[in-house]
This record gives sequence, C-alpha cells and structure tokens, in this order.
Amino acid sequence: MLFNGKEQDYRALNEALRKTQEDCLITGCCGQRFIAAGMSRQNITIEGVPGNALGAYLNGADITVYANAQDAVGDTMNGGRIVIHGDIGDAAGYAMRGGKIFVKGNAGYRAGIHMKAYQDKAPVMVIGGTAGSFLGEYQAGGTIVVLGLAAENRKIVGFFPCTGMHGGKMFLRSACEDIKFPSQVTARPAEKTDLEEIKGYVDEYCALFGCHADEILDAPFTVVTPDSKNPYHQMYVAN
Amino acid sequence: MKIEGQVRIPSGCAIAAVISKEGKKMSGKRIIDAMIPMHDRSNGLGGGFAAYGIYPEYREFYALHMFFDSRAIRKECEVLLKERFEIVKSEIIPTRTIPQITDEPIIWRYFVAPLQSQLAAMQLDEKEFVARIVMKINAEMKGAYVFSSGKNMGTFKAVGFPEDVGVFYRLDEYEGYAWTAHGRYPTNTPGWWGGAHPFTLLDWSIVHNGEISSYDANRRFIEMFGYQCTLQTDTEVIIYIMDYLLRVQGLTLGEAASVIAAPFWSTIADKTDLKDRQKHQYLRTVFPSLLVTGPFSIVLGFHGGLMALNDRLKLRSMVVGEKDDKVYIASEEAAIRAMEPDAENIWAPAGGEPVIIKVKDGAY
Amino acid sequence: MHMELIYPEFEVVRNQDRCIVCRVCEKQCANEVHSFCAEKGVMLANESKCVNCHRCVAVCPTRALKIVKSDCTMRENANWKSDTVNEIYKQANSGGVLLSSMGNPNPLPVYWDKILINASQVTNPPIDPLREPMETRVFLGKKPEKIARDEAGDIKCELPPQIELSMPVMFSAMSYGSISYNAHAALARAATELGILYNTGEGGLHQDFYVYGDNTVVQVASGRFGVYEDYLKAGAAIEIKMGQGAKPGIGGHLPGTKIVGDVSRTRMIPEGSDAISPAPHHDIYSIEDLRQLVFSLKEATEYQKPVIVKVAAVHNIAAIASGIARSGADIIAIDGFRGGTGAAPTRIRDNVGIPIELALAAVDQRLRDEGIRNQVSLIAGGSIRSAADVVKAIALGADACYIATAALLALGCHLCRTCQSGKCNWGIATQRPELVKRLDPEVGSRRLVNLMQAWQHEIKELMGGMGINSIEALRGNRLMLRGIGLTDKELEILGISHAGE
Repeated sequence: MLFNGKEQDYRALNEALRKTQEDCLITGCCGQRFIAAGMSRQNITIEGVPGNALGAYLNGADITVYANAQDAVGDTMNGGRIVIHGDIGDAAGYAMRGGKIFVKGNAGYRAGIHMKAYQDKAPVMVIGGTAGSFLGEYQAGGTIVVLGLAAENRKIVGFFPCTGMHGGKMFLRSACEDIKFPSQVTARPAEKTDLEEIKGYVDEYCALFGCHADEILDAPFTVVTPDSKNPYHQMYVAN
Repeated sequence: MKIEGQVRIPSGCAIAAVISKEGKKMSGKRIIDAMIPMHDRSNGLGGGFAAYGIYPEYREFYALHMFFDSRAIRKECEVLLKERFEIVKSEIIPTRTIPQITDEPIIWRYFVAPLQSQLAAMQLDEKEFVARIVMKINAEMKGAYVFSSGKNMGTFKAVGFPEDVGVFYRLDEYEGYAWTAHGRYPTNTPGWWGGAHPFTLLDWSIVHNGEISSYDANRRFIEMFGYQCTLQTDTEVIIYIMDYLLRVQGLTLGEAASVIAAPFWSTIADKTDLKDRQKHQYLRTVFPSLLVTGPFSIVLGFHGGLMALNDRLKLRSMVVGEKDDKVYIASEEAAIRAMEPDAENIWAPAGGEPVIIKVKDGAY
Repeated sequence: MHMELIYPEFEVVRNQDRCIVCRVCEKQCANEVHSFCAEKGVMLANESKCVNCHRCVAVCPTRALKIVKSDCTMRENANWKSDTVNEIYKQANSGGVLLSSMGNPNPLPVYWDKILINASQVTNPPIDPLREPMETRVFLGKKPEKIARDEAGDIKCELPPQIELSMPVMFSAMSYGSISYNAHAALARAATELGILYNTGEGGLHQDFYVYGDNTVVQVASGRFGVYEDYLKAGAAIEIKMGQGAKPGIGGHLPGTKIVGDVSRTRMIPEGSDAISPAPHHDIYSIEDLRQLVFSLKEATEYQKPVIVKVAAVHNIAAIASGIARSGADIIAIDGFRGGTGAAPTRIRDNVGIPIELALAAVDQRLRDEGIRNQVSLIAGGSIRSAADVVKAIALGADACYIATAALLALGCHLCRTCQSGKCNWGIATQRPELVKRLDPEVGSRRLVNLMQAWQHEIKELMGGMGINSIEALRGNRLMLRGIGLTDKELEILGISHAGE
C-alpha cells in the first residue's frame, strides 16, 4: 500500500497505517512524527525523513527508512526492527526492551539510553558510524555495537559513555585509547569469543547495508560491561 | 495577566536558519517553508524571523522596528527619536490581513542615524548610544517597544504560528542573504507581540530553543554592565551576554561559545593541546557567571554570518546541512529538507561545538 | 568506636507483670527488636533496631508493650536539634546520602488547617444529604471548546476520552515494588468497588490486576518499567510522571534487593538489577518535547485514553501547568511538597517544592486567566488527609484529589517512615512473602472502601451545609473559603478572603 507523506499529517498517516495489514510504502515523508507508534505487524518502508519518535512503543513491525531519522527513534520499543539507511538523531532506542535498531551511519547523543533486557527480550542496536556523547547511559541490558565505519578522525564515541551503566554489553570497534569510561564499568579488548556474540548482528548489518562482516570483525574491539547490577547501593544511609 | 518583563515565562521552541556564503539573496519564502513540518514544536503563541541584507538602500542607517499600543504613544516616542536621531524614513511595516493573525499593534519602522551632537555630548560610540536608547524606550516608555535595531537587517515577529507570521509580514517580498526563524512554545500567553522571538540588539539577533537553568545567575551578572533584562527571557539575557563578550570584551565567536557553553572541567583537563587547555581554563575562570546551563540551541545572527550553538550537554536537537553556497540549520532535519530537499552533509554538531558560517568578504 | 553510637530514638517499655512470654512480638518484628532470654525466661529488646511501627504493640495479647520516645537527650540546643546532630553522625559514620520515607514531617505551614469552610444560614437553605440527592460524580478530561453539529443539526456528542469517578478522590501512584502485591490488590479491588481509580505507579501492572483495568491509571515514568502496548491499553488513563512532590527534580532508585519474583516480571527487568528511574524523561528536555510524549502515547493508544501529566509543585508551577495544558494533556496532576514516598533523599524531601494549596490556587487562577481551564482537569495531591481537605481543594479549583498516605494508613501503615528498609511489619512496603501475607487484600480493600465511603458522606455533608448539591458547583467556588491567620500575600495567592471579610 502506498502513502504519499507530503499530503498527510501524522495523525491521518498513522490512522491509515493502522487500518491495513499490508506492507506499506510512505513516500515524500517530511517530519511526520510517531510513525508506526505501538504497531505490531506490517513492513513499513519510508522514503524521506520521518519525524521524531519513529516507532515509539513498537511491538513487532519492521520499519526501513531510506534517509536520516530524527530524535527518539524506537522510544520504549518492545519488539520489531528499525533500519535506518542514514544517520539517527538523539536518544535513539531510549528505554528499549526488545527488537533491533540498525543505523547505517552515525548516532546522535544518548543512543541506547536506559536500554534494558528481560527474559527472551534482548534489544540490539548496531550503529555503523560513530556515536555521540552519553552512549548507553543507564544501560541496564541488551547489546550496543558501534562499528565506527568511515569514522575518519572522529572518536568512535563522544564524551561520558556508559554513565550509570548497570547491565548489558557494549562493543566498540576501536581500541578506545582515547575514550574515558566511568569507574563502575570494565572496558577490555574483545576476544574472539566475545566477537562471536555479535557476529550475527554484524552479519545482519552487512546484509542490510552491503558490506563484509569478516573485514569489519577483523579489527580491535573493546567490550564494556558493568561491574555491578547495583552501582549505587553504597550511596545511601537510612535516616 | 503579566507579560514578559513582569514575570519570567519559560518556553520551548523550534528554530531554523539559512545563509548564503556567497551573499546571494533569498526571499523569505524558503524559511517560512522550513517552519511548516515543525508546526508541533510551536503552540501559536509566537513566531518570528530575522533577515540580514534586506535594506541595502538604507544600509548606513539603523532600522528601528517598533510596536506601539496607540497613536498617542507613537507620537510621543517620535518626539524622543527626533531629539536623538536624524530620521531619514519612517513608515508602516506592510502586512497582509489574514485570519490567523489578529490583534496587531501599530507596527512601524524608522531608518535613523544618531545625531552627531548627541554622540559627542554623551561621549559614546555610536552602537552604545543606539543600544542605550533602545533600552531606554523599552524599559521606560509604556506601550512602545523597539523589536529590531540593526543596520541592513530586521526582525519580524508576532503572536501566531511562525508560518502565518511570515505570510502576515509579506516576507516573500524581502530579499536577504541570511534568515533565521523561530516558533515559540511559551508556557503561558499574555499574547504580547514583543515577547515573540527573535530577540535582537543592534545587529545581533538570537533565536533560541530551550529553557536555561542559569538565568538569574547570568542576568544578575550581566546587569552590572548596563544591560537591563526587561523581558526576563532567556533569549534576552543570552544576547546581552553575546554583545558583552563580542563587542565589549572583544572575544571571537568561538571564544564566546567556550564561555557560555564551556566544556566540563574533566574535558578541559583531558585536552592534549596545552594552549587550548589553558585558554579554556582561563575563560571558565574569568567568566564563571556567564556559563549558561540547561537546554538550549541558539542561532546567533550578525552582520555577514550566523553562529549555531548547543548547550554543552546537548539537551536540544539541532542539525546542519549544506547545498551549494547555502548552509541550513534547524531543530529538525525535516525543516532543512523543506527548504532544500537535496541538502547534503547533514550533521548534528556536538554540545558546545559552535558552527560559524560567514559570508565571504565584500558580499554583504 | 564510641563515636559511632547513636542512642536509640525509642524505648520499648514492657510491663513484666503482663508479659506472658508468648514471643508473638519476637515473631512479628522483622526488625528483630525482641528476643527471648532463655536464661532468665524473659523477653529482651534491642531498641536500636526499633522503628516505632507499633506492630508489637498491636499484636501483644496482654497489652504488655508500649513504645515511647527516649528521654536520653543531648544538651538542648534550639539551633542544633538532636535530629540534626544525629544526621551528621550518620553521615560521618557512613558517607551516605540520607534517605527517608513518607512525607515531609517538618513543621511547615499546612494551609488546609488555616482555611475555613462556609455554611448556609437564613439567606439560602442548607441541604440534608441523608434525604436529598447530592452528587459527587466527576468526569476528568478535556472539554471541547465549541459545540459541533452534524448535517441534521444535532449536536455531535463525541467527547475526548474522560475518566468517570463516583467521588472526586483517586488513589495516587505507588509502584508495585515499593509496595506489596497485597497492597496493590487491596487498592485495585477497592477502586473498582468504589467506582474510582487507583494508579500503578511506575512499576508496571501485575498480570493479575489487568482485570481491574477500567479502574486503573497506568503510569509511564522515566524508567519506562513494564511499559509496552498491552500495558498502555490496559488502563482507563495513562499518567506521565514528570515529578513527585516528595522529591521534585530527582529520579527514583528501587534497589535490586527488591527486584524479585513478580516485581521483576512486572517491571520487565531481571531479578536483582537496580531499577533506576532517571531524573528527567530523556526524551523530554523542553516543553515541546512533552507534547511529543503526550501524542506518542495517544497515537499508540489510538486516542482512546486521557493522558495525565503529573508534576511536583515547584516555584514556577503556574507557568509549567499552562505549558502542560497546551501540550495536549487531558489532565494535570499536581503533587505538593508534603506528598509521601517510598524513599527519597531527606534533603530533597524536606527542602524542595511548595505546598499543594498554594500551587493549586496559583495554577487554577492562571489557567482561568488564560481562558484554558476547561481544556484540562486538575488533580491535587500531596497530603490530602481528610474529607475537609478534599472539599477545600475542590473549592480552590481542583477537579479531584489524589490520596496515598491516607490510603496506606487505612491498610495498617503506622507512619514509622522506614519504607526504604523493605521490612514493613504491616505487609505494605515490603516484598518479603512472610510480611506481605500479613496484609489480607480482602480486609484491606474493605477498610479502603469504608474510608472512602465515610469521606464521601462527609463531603456531602459539607457540601449540603453550603447549600451545594453537586460537586461541580463547589469546584473553584472560592467564596466558600475563608482564611484564618494568613498574611495578605497568602490570601492573595490562595484567592480567598480572610474570615470576617
């Protein structure tokens, strides 16, 4: 089913999307917010730049964007997949509990903030380029992979990554000598077994965006894990 | 109901800007289009634009854009203007009558030059002189308000959604080399036109998104230097800070950005370039009261350029894109695409990282 | 180290003549205050562990126990009070941030107690609620600005989604995790029986309680625990928690030790992992972002649920509320600084925020000044203690009140203010199965229904006295209130006259 984004505001667009079970193509998208919010089925393809909160509370749909995406993509996402053939704005995957987000290019600030895993739900975010500051802030579960492809001279991640991290894992394709991690996490060079954990995700990334997983994985990676599930319990005294 | 100035009114917003590095003129149509996809970032209680290069025939004169509540106050104000300035032209700013914009005040503009005798008597440089009179009118003359006072530039603002404000002021009929735009989301509405943005002083104009938490620390500091924050808005205090740092203290744009969006001490300590580290340490130590905290993204307009800047934590979004001689800045990429569907090199500047775009010399 | 001793705050007084050494107190005290001395055949007390929750007092079959405040004091000092001194000792001992529970206990002004209610005499008649109709039903939600008609000229009766309440009181947010399963069960059942709503708090909704969905407010806080499609659609309304009166401006932190079993399942996070709620919603850094979250929730629930935005009462609350009203929210809940909490840093709880009475009055007036009061409903919370407080809040301008501490008291809470320990002897603020089972949800629910029915009757009586027979006629009817012993400024903010005027 085809929708012309130029002619519809977000409410009409989402209403139309909800009415159909078919695969949908939205062309000429320019800033419409909340596309596919809370939806469970369908494949949705978007041409043009979708607005903020794309796929918020997503519960299973598969969204592909052939452009950059703005802020708060996959906010509180529970399942499904979001593929961005471009860059992504700030706070991507905030509090996501399940599903996958693949970004071909770079991510803004606070990607994967408060990402959490639960039982069979293990969210994954793969960022092909570099990530902004505060990557994985409060991360409580799931996997964040940053590949740093075409990074040139940019650092793989900005300032203050992993602040408050208390679960999950982060893989950065860099030796991270220039990155400062907080004291409550451990950052160490990845071993072969570590990389096996993410091989499937990297394969999926490569299948989506056309590159070679072997070449990507043949590079130094840093694995970051929290030291404790309870980073702040020493901080308080009963009064 | 209290208006800006009697009470502090926090607000959120949308911003957009475009500039031609070659100094090529653009009509206001393009920047109006930018505000349409960001409609939800405003709430209809304020919209406005700043345009540079629009008055080439009066480029040597200060263009005072003014709101008046009544004919009587306009007459009274003109008496004051005539005492201080040579007025080469005065006219109503042309507008369209549209249903979306109502309750307009009397909107007038004057092209003026300070009287030399006054300048000499007060021993002030020209800019300081103009700035003082603008502040005097705004602080003391009830019912009169100067909302633009630069040379070869002007701001246009109203209560309404920005895309409607643009149509109201016939901005499609103006040609400028740089435009900024603002859609306002204030947390209450006295419905006062002066409260809309951009906010300007002389050639400086600022559009701003966010609510700063350092406001009163900044205000009480900057007021030591003769500025009067009559509106109690973030934008006003930021523009006075910029005027103070750039014009009075002579800092560069980049240095001024390092004062208001200073890096964290830990970031400064980690800098490997010793000179750079010393400079940042120096600026933070000298101007601690001008550090602006809380979310903001701003676009500062000035003669021949724009500077975009995010707060150091980057709590507001802002993207930059390019196409040919043009550089575009907006709160959302969709706004850039609305101006230029084929914009290239879209990127989001980091917190505290200024983006400075200047028109090539001689082209403005 | 002698320096580390903090003399016990309470003394356990045991009447040895009455004590039959049945050891019930020992079994019932999760704080392990009581123990049996086999050698002497008597009960002993380790008073340093006593929190004065009165569980032992209540269960002692011979009334042999009482808890009194210790009279072992330091030299009196009006500036350095013993609490202040002890707090310094605790911090010097531990290096920790002081953590407290329940509402601000300090002697700050309670404006409810300085407001008096009117009654009819002569000029119009009071009404007897026992024998005449008296309406307390309210609908919360956005009201249309203009009447619309269809082609036939009939009024289009579609309304934005509304919450219907049989009386203007709701149980406010307390998360599963901070309080027990049985406490939630009691609240849910009572709300359903009463025709009002309870609130999940930020800990998700237990599967067992989905059946009470029509009487449930589901909360979305910054940690987004347990938030997913089914949850959002389960309740009668969605509440975005921006802040809490007891701790404005800071987040929450439920320690991993409380994330066990069903709490973990309901929050949808692993057992033992801390549940950290960030201070802000990280997708809301500005007022226009709030609009984004409000509408993303509306989109996800197809515009079927009213959205409540809950904020703490802070200095600029009137402007903030105005912004919320313009952000698409249907209802604004304001939580005053005396509101309760399962745990909050003492310094925040006791020093941040403003009283609900002033906040409510300022917000209601501002929204009226702006002509947008009808676009949004107002809920006031933060220590509403009685039916009289409810009536005063409604007359100041609230559509309804949130209560939580009062509801917990009905469930057995004795306000010992140590919820953060997780050892609540009354089975409320705990996840220990042996303690939780002390609270029978059936009994709890009955007591909540009793309390609310009593309040409803009192509300009706107060209304009847004023000659008002419908709660709508009381809302914002500030002429029915007079201040006593208040300054001109306080009266101005409250928008009421002084008694005698």
